[in-house]
Amino acid sequence: MRLTATHVGTWRAMFLVIHRELRLSFRRPEQLLQPLVFFLIVTTLFPLGLSLQLSLLRDMAPGVLWVAALLASLLSLDSLFKSDADDGTLEQLALSGQSLTVIVIAKTFAHWLVSGAALVLVSPVVATALGIPVEAFATMLLSLALGTMTLSWLGAIGAGLTVGLRRGNVLLSLIVLPLAIPLLIFGAGATDRAISGISAAGALYFLASLCVFTCTLAPFAATAALRIALD
Amino acid sequence: MNSAVDGLCVEKVHVWRGDRHVLKGVSLELRPCELLHISGPNGTGKTTLLRVVSGLLRPEQGSVAWLGKPIASVRSDYQCALAYASHEPALKGDLTALENLRFMVGLKRRVTLPELRSTLDRTGVAGCADLPVRVLSAGQRRRVVMARVLAARAALWLLDEPFTNLDAAGSELLSMMLTEHLNGGGLALVVAHHALQLTTAMRRLELAG
Repeated sequence: MRLTATHVGTWRAMFLVIHRELRLSFRRPEQLLQPLVFFLIVTTLFPLGLSLQLSLLRDMAPGVLWVAALLASLLSLDSLFKSDADDGTLEQLALSGQSLTVIVIAKTFAHWLVSGAALVLVSPVVATALGIPVEAFATMLLSLALGTMTLSWLGAIGAGLTVGLRRGNVLLSLIVLPLAIPLLIFGAGATDRAISGISAAGALYFLASLCVFTCTLAPFAATAALRIALD
Repeated sequence: MNSAVDGLCVEKVHVWRGDRHVLKGVSLELRPCELLHISGPNGTGKTTLLRVVSGLLRPEQGSVAWLGKPIASVRSDYQCALAYASHEPALKGDLTALENLRFMVGLKRRVTLPELRSTLDRTGVAGCADLPVRVLSAGQRRRVVMARVLAARAALWLLDEPFTNLDAAGSELLSMMLTEHLNGGGLALVVAHHALQLTTAMRRLELAG
């Protein structure tokens, strides 16, 4: 009997976690589609509620798009760690011999792939409906990709902190949304500038730096929060 | 601590949960080929003790050492040498038994699918390997958990009420697995209400309120 064991590498572990998360998501396609449909509906409600002036719509489009994307991303955040915590999987993950931080990174990234990246993919449809010109699409897609990813990292902290609560969903929103204000300002700003035909590089750089900042620090914070929940 | 350099050593562990003093200075030692049967009334900290030993719960006082070193300093090695089965099966209902095992065991060591299939066969649930876990009965899930413990090839088994939901044949199988594990030099900490029917030597620890 071996008293010490050989290890599975970190990259292999990350691959396993991402693979499993994606598989779990695709076994429940309705949960996958809910945030997307929410995003589509909210953004189509705005043109219906506003007057039919295209110029007004175009002015509001970046804000509408970004607020809807933020809210849609929040919908699925609640389940990031909760289902694992409820059925004892989190304990097993914490005892898997792998760093819990690595697992948190992989889980959050997988979550972004099925929520944030999916939102980015459907955003051109919404953008067209809101009258955003095609020339602004590249900036809009990039800013949304960076923004949703940053939001996933921020959300991991919130999901970790609220994992032990019965109804943590509202609290999760209250924790995450204020932190997302810079995202909204610079994300909507970048899209706005692109629509006006001005260079949006400054705002995009800022979004990218926020993304790097959160992805380096948030996993540790989320891990610490999960350890408290496990205790 | 040197007395149990080749195994597990828990020294004077104290745990409070809120105002409740759950574990009051529990000490135990476990060497290879040994099993400790932990019993006691509900709420006396049996599960808490297992969680402390696993490292999930840090005791307010006292220490847990594996091979003579505090578990916090050899965390990764210790976790790879450890298989913990709690009350919850920790299986995902949407994944098949095989997918569940491949993920959970795969994080600890490299495994192949045929190997996992044969492990599921050993625990008597080979027919459920490709079924989503949500359609399995509680007893079948237990057997999948047994397969997970077995496939992890861990030296130290921490089993929390492993006989729950198992039928007579399942209990016998688990006893056999435990005997084999101990004969192979393994260690086991088992929380169970009823007496264990094992052919090998085992010790008992009774926790009192």
